[in-house]
Amino acid sequence: MILTAKWRQWLPHLGIAVVVAYCLAPFYWMLVSSLRSTGDIFSTSLFPSPLSFENYRSVFSPAQGFTRALLNSLIVAGITTAMSLLLATFTAYAMARLEFRFKRLILTLIIATSMFPVVSIVVPLLKLFTDIGWINTYQSMIVPSMSFTLPLAVWNLTTFFRQMPDELEHAAMVDGCTRGQAFRKVIVPLAAPGIFTTAIITFIAAWNEFLIALSMTNKPSMQTATVAISKFSGATTYQTPFGSQMAAGVVVTIPLVVMVLLFQRRIVAGLTAGAAK
Amino acid sequence: MADTAIPPDTAPYAPGSGAARRPGRPPAPERPRRPRVRATAGTGRLAAILVSPTLLVLTIVVLYPTLMALDESLYGPKGLDPKTGFISNTEPFVGLKNYTDIFTQAGDRFWNAFWNTTFFTVVTVSLETLIGVAMALIMHRAFRGRAVVRASILVPWAIPTAISGLLWKWIFNADGIANVLLGHQVLWTADGFSAKIAVVIADVWKTAPFIGLLVLAGLQVIPKEVYEAARLDGASALQQFWRITLPLVKPALLVAVLFRCLDALRMFDLPYILIGAQKGSVETLSMLAQNEASNVRFGPASAYAVLLFLYVFLIALAFVRLLGADLIGGAGGTKKRKSHAVGVPRRRVREVTA
Repeated sequence: MILTAKWRQWLPHLGIAVVVAYCLAPFYWMLVSSLRSTGDIFSTSLFPSPLSFENYRSVFSPAQGFTRALLNSLIVAGITTAMSLLLATFTAYAMARLEFRFKRLILTLIIATSMFPVVSIVVPLLKLFTDIGWINTYQSMIVPSMSFTLPLAVWNLTTFFRQMPDELEHAAMVDGCTRGQAFRKVIVPLAAPGIFTTAIITFIAAWNEFLIALSMTNKPSMQTATVAISKFSGATTYQTPFGSQMAAGVVVTIPLVVMVLLFQRRIVAGLTAGAAK
Repeated sequence: MADTAIPPDTAPYAPGSGAARRPGRPPAPERPRRPRVRATAGTGRLAAILVSPTLLVLTIVVLYPTLMALDESLYGPKGLDPKTGFISNTEPFVGLKNYTDIFTQAGDRFWNAFWNTTFFTVVTVSLETLIGVAMALIMHRAFRGRAVVRASILVPWAIPTAISGLLWKWIFNADGIANVLLGHQVLWTADGFSAKIAVVIADVWKTAPFIGLLVLAGLQVIPKEVYEAARLDGASALQQFWRITLPLVKPALLVAVLFRCLDALRMFDLPYILIGAQKGSVETLSMLAQNEASNVRFGPASAYAVLLFLYVFLIALAFVRLLGADLIGGAGGTKKRKSHAVGVPRRRVREVTA
């Protein structure tokens, strides 16, 4: 089959358009639906008309308690990310820079834990937390979340630390820095972009978590945003409030989409670091 | 010992090595890579201090709960004590009953969940791989608008699975856009085979672009020269794909597939939200275990969780046996060997991000 020159030139662009449409169309539909009024929520026009912010008003009305859920998500994901990063920075430095026995084994074990089915730690922890009165607390969500964010952070940061030339650190040590000072004054500032990228990826993973948050809470005031939205109730029992669910979905997703738009290069670098080699 | 015996002016660096035996060749250049810090008692202690907090946390949040689950799975629910006739406050020890129950009538729900989990894993991962590779090939071709493409591919990945469950529930609603586009009514989110399809479609949407991204990263490392040589030898586009692209991108692809498999095996959020809890057609092992635990039947719940864990472990083991032990890229070594085998300069790896 011989394609004409014109086709050959346009085909890749057409393909790209298809890929972009495939990725964005459902998200666009969520956005459009959230901007419709309750009356024409079932309208299938491509643009919302008339434009209505009714759903957003109802999501943020005090009765819904959604602001509190957003705050909960922020606290849980934020603390999980901060703690994972702190521990992972030390571990990743050791993995990338030091030679010691069982290094491969330890790294393999750490990464293997991230592939665990979350439910197999949630079930026993649910019983434990019930016994010690941790249900409906932030720590009951933060601690189990570390089981997947910590390995993720260690893996990402190890790759970043490995890419930095050893010489810099050695020059610093020749100049009289101790290893600790070299780490603080040379490595950490240089690794800042890597740490930042890892923070974004870890935060997104923690923010998107559902199973742990669902199992560990039963009070609406302690639910995270993902759980809260799934439990939005409509005016009647049999009616799903799709409008406000879509609006809340957009609100929960927008920070992530903004991060993705701003830092897409770095995020891709972090995500593909392990796979491409 | 031998080093000291050699006069300093004869062989300045490698005593008795190949270079000395082949005088015609210049001595091999000093290895460009500085040898890593030696394993001494000092670095060993430092490493232990740096690594132990992570290991401690993982022990608490992963190892300890796993052992707890193993123990818990041997106990039955609280209830009437058959000996005394009183309601007991402790859970009776039932041994392996929770496990053997899956082979009796009571196991129907387990096996249904097991086959659902397997079905979702096989179908979604196959579709995602096919679509992902196709996407990667398309993206590899086009050079304009790379940032836009990259950002839009990351959108499905960044949307929380719980939210994408709601999003697809809305699309698959009886009066939703999916039925309007199809032109006839399918009750997608009612219990039934169409519910399975809905879950598959939603999951493929979310993850196929991600596989595409990983494969694209693998494609970018393949040197152009290989294709030029193939073209000179008269290889067709299809031959180039089967003989060059696929073998060279295989390591990246297999890692992506393994990760997706393990992820699909623990699927929870999507069917839970899109279709609902306790829906036979889409209930996965994770959903079953979570449901039992939330109904305070910790014994069976733990048994299901342990079985799921073993299933995941077996699949991971099978992959590792299939691919060799260095799948995870380990601590150094692997990377070098892989890129050697392919003859790829390491610098190119980062191009995908440029």
